[in-house]
Amino acid sequence: MTILNTSEMEAIAARHPHLLRPSFWQRFRVPIIAVACTLYFLFAWWYFAVSKVMGEANWSIAGNYLADWVSYEIRPQIEIEADGAMRIEYPRFDPIGPNPNPEWLQTRRETVTRTIEIPAAASGNAGAAKPSSSFMAPAPQAQQAAPQSPSQETRTEKIVTEAMVAIGRSRTIEVHPDRVVLTRGSENVTLRLNRRSGEVRPDGALPSWVEQRLPGGRAVAYFGISGWAEISAERVRIRKRFLGWANFLFDTNSPFFGKPAAEIATLIVSGERIQPDRSNLSLAWNNILYNSEWQHLDVWEKLLQTVVMAFIGTLFAMLVAFPLSFIAARNIFANRPANQIAKRLFDFLRSVDMLIWALFFTRAFGPGPLAGISAIFLTDTGTLGKLYSEALENIDEKQREGVRSVGASPVAVQRYGTVPQVMPVFLSQALYFWESNTRSATIIGAVGAGGIGLKLWEAMRTNSDWENVAYMVLLILLVVFIFDGISNALRSRLIGKDRG
Amino acid sequence: MSISTVRPVLGESGRMIERHSRQLAAQRGFYTLLSVVLLLCVVSGSLWFANETNSGKFFERLPHLFDFVEDLVPRDGMEIWRALFDLPSPYDDGSFKYNYPEGRAYLGETFYIPEYFHKMVETLNIALVSTGIGLLFGFVLAFLAARNTMPNPWVRGVVRRIMEILRAFPEVVIAGFFLAILSLGPIPAVVAVSIHTVGALGKLFYEVIENADMKAEEGLRAVGANWLERIWFGIVPQVMPNFMSYFLLRLEINVRASTIIGAVGGGGIGELLRLSIGQGHEAKTLAIVLLLLLTIVAVDQFSAWLRQKLSGDQAFNAI
Repeated sequence: MTILNTSEMEAIAARHPHLLRPSFWQRFRVPIIAVACTLYFLFAWWYFAVSKVMGEANWSIAGNYLADWVSYEIRPQIEIEADGAMRIEYPRFDPIGPNPNPEWLQTRRETVTRTIEIPAAASGNAGAAKPSSSFMAPAPQAQQAAPQSPSQETRTEKIVTEAMVAIGRSRTIEVHPDRVVLTRGSENVTLRLNRRSGEVRPDGALPSWVEQRLPGGRAVAYFGISGWAEISAERVRIRKRFLGWANFLFDTNSPFFGKPAAEIATLIVSGERIQPDRSNLSLAWNNILYNSEWQHLDVWEKLLQTVVMAFIGTLFAMLVAFPLSFIAARNIFANRPANQIAKRLFDFLRSVDMLIWALFFTRAFGPGPLAGISAIFLTDTGTLGKLYSEALENIDEKQREGVRSVGASPVAVQRYGTVPQVMPVFLSQALYFWESNTRSATIIGAVGAGGIGLKLWEAMRTNSDWENVAYMVLLILLVVFIFDGISNALRSRLIGKDRG
Repeated sequence: MSISTVRPVLGESGRMIERHSRQLAAQRGFYTLLSVVLLLCVVSGSLWFANETNSGKFFERLPHLFDFVEDLVPRDGMEIWRALFDLPSPYDDGSFKYNYPEGRAYLGETFYIPEYFHKMVETLNIALVSTGIGLLFGFVLAFLAARNTMPNPWVRGVVRRIMEILRAFPEVVIAGFFLAILSLGPIPAVVAVSIHTVGALGKLFYEVIENADMKAEEGLRAVGANWLERIWFGIVPQVMPNFMSYFLLRLEINVRASTIIGAVGGGGIGELLRLSIGQGHEAKTLAIVLLLLLTIVAVDQFSAWLRQKLSGDQAFNAI
């Protein structure tokens, strides 16, 4: 072993300075690249106007939308009338159903004799006059008639005089005709309602969770995740949030709605037929499938479309790319022009994006999975063809020579000399594409090429169906994970664990 | 020359072997047949289903397949050129179909960038930024997910699950969610594509790390380097070429992805393409398709060339 002393090392270093002294680029490349990247990101920050967009963004909505993924709101509205009677109303499509009587909204009812003004619109003959008053000639007439007709009527009836909403644990809203008492933990706020001046005045200072923009204006009380309430002099609007998905199985029109599970089970097993022409089981199943809020059948059908699009598209792409790749491979098909034509065809199919194909075929076949299949098929024929022809150009020639040397026909040479080498790779790549196409089929669906993408997109557009989005996302994740598993298992069986 | 074949008489064990081999062959044939029949059933069932649920039926629409090609023929060939470079059209009748110069983005008095180039640059930037973000986070996560750099199985498992979810989460949903909050623009697209890219690159990266040679790391461990130093000096130099190669590959994919996301409302060229196809503006459509085609080919070629330079013969092919 040669041992160098210091002076010899220095001598060598002096003779070959470029070997031992790193160049400027070598020495400073990490900081240079870091600075370049930072500069680029700063440029992008400016280019996309990130700070402006973020500043204008509606972040409070974001929290609500996210909460909608896993929860729902029930929105009672308590109207306080002049004489202190209250009416509790729910919006038409509220998930609470047609006969609400929730435990968390307690009321005190009293029987009183009261005088009610019945406006003209409410009396019997108003039906004909009302639509015409909106924008046609008789409008002034109807308006003139209106002040005359309110008749006073004295009735004795049971009315709500007090309502108490338990909005969360130790969080309540008590509504009295003249005041609203809000409780959150140990804190208490009393808001005085002045009907005549239309003002809401708090007793004392407001805590941070009650907001009143203008003195005397409407107040909004936030109860965190459990909801919020908006209090004005004549009405209290309440949003109470519940965890979970409302009416996941039966919608509010179903005869099974609101019944506990045990009761539904007994009804299905041994109950009397609800509809005489069909069994309760088929009725229940039908109600689940056609649930108007969740649209289970439609969602499943669209999901199946997505799966089918990916499966058929990839399978056909593989079947077409397989023979074409033999033509494109230089070592197998010794005809330069044919190789080039096949390769350029692959490049063309690949480069015209899946999006463009999807948009074109949506016009050709109409929206639906056929467009998606065609788009995936054409793009993947290009990609798989390119990969396959490259794999073919890298095969081991010895096996083919061996088969050829015993006098096999050209077809037999490919069948026994080439295919056994490349088949596992081909299949494994096709499986990989099947799996990744299941994902991309979701996206091209959103432009109309069939599948669950469009349904997702529509659900998001309304901005109120985020729970449906969550449901579909969950199903998509499930399907993607299952296919991931199948494809990984098949691939590792095909080409061995270490290469999969 | 005649060859006389003598058929040897098989012994007891020979016959048994023959019987067994025939049995095996028959079994294999049966299974092959079964799987082919099964596959055919699945395929025909799927095709029937796809056709049944499509709004137009395959055989009804087939004769009209190329109708839309006719719709795509512009009034003259130069129209494509004019649409591409925002030059005024002689057919201009004030409608959106021929209003090419309106999209010009002026830089200074007379110099302008044509609308489609401008939007294409936006799409490319979306792709580049989100691939960059993906690289950054994927890089960090990959070291926490690889078996040889993160001995703790819990951390590894959690990081891998996170990456799987990021990868599988539909991009449309992320884009749609941020569109609802941020209003129209490229940022939802950037977020959506980035999230997917973090998952996808993270997975590829940790597989690279797991295949890295651990000798350098061992040497650093022997001289008492800490975790960060061992990774930075022992593993990063080995894996960096492969990382960059995957980065470029992902960039190619993301250019396409950001076009698609653009079409569902994320800005960029995709949105213009969807609009012009939907409204039947043939010259505009062809101009965008041409531009997109050229850009994708250019990006692919550039990335293939760079990958070849970075990792030589081991360059990865498109996946």
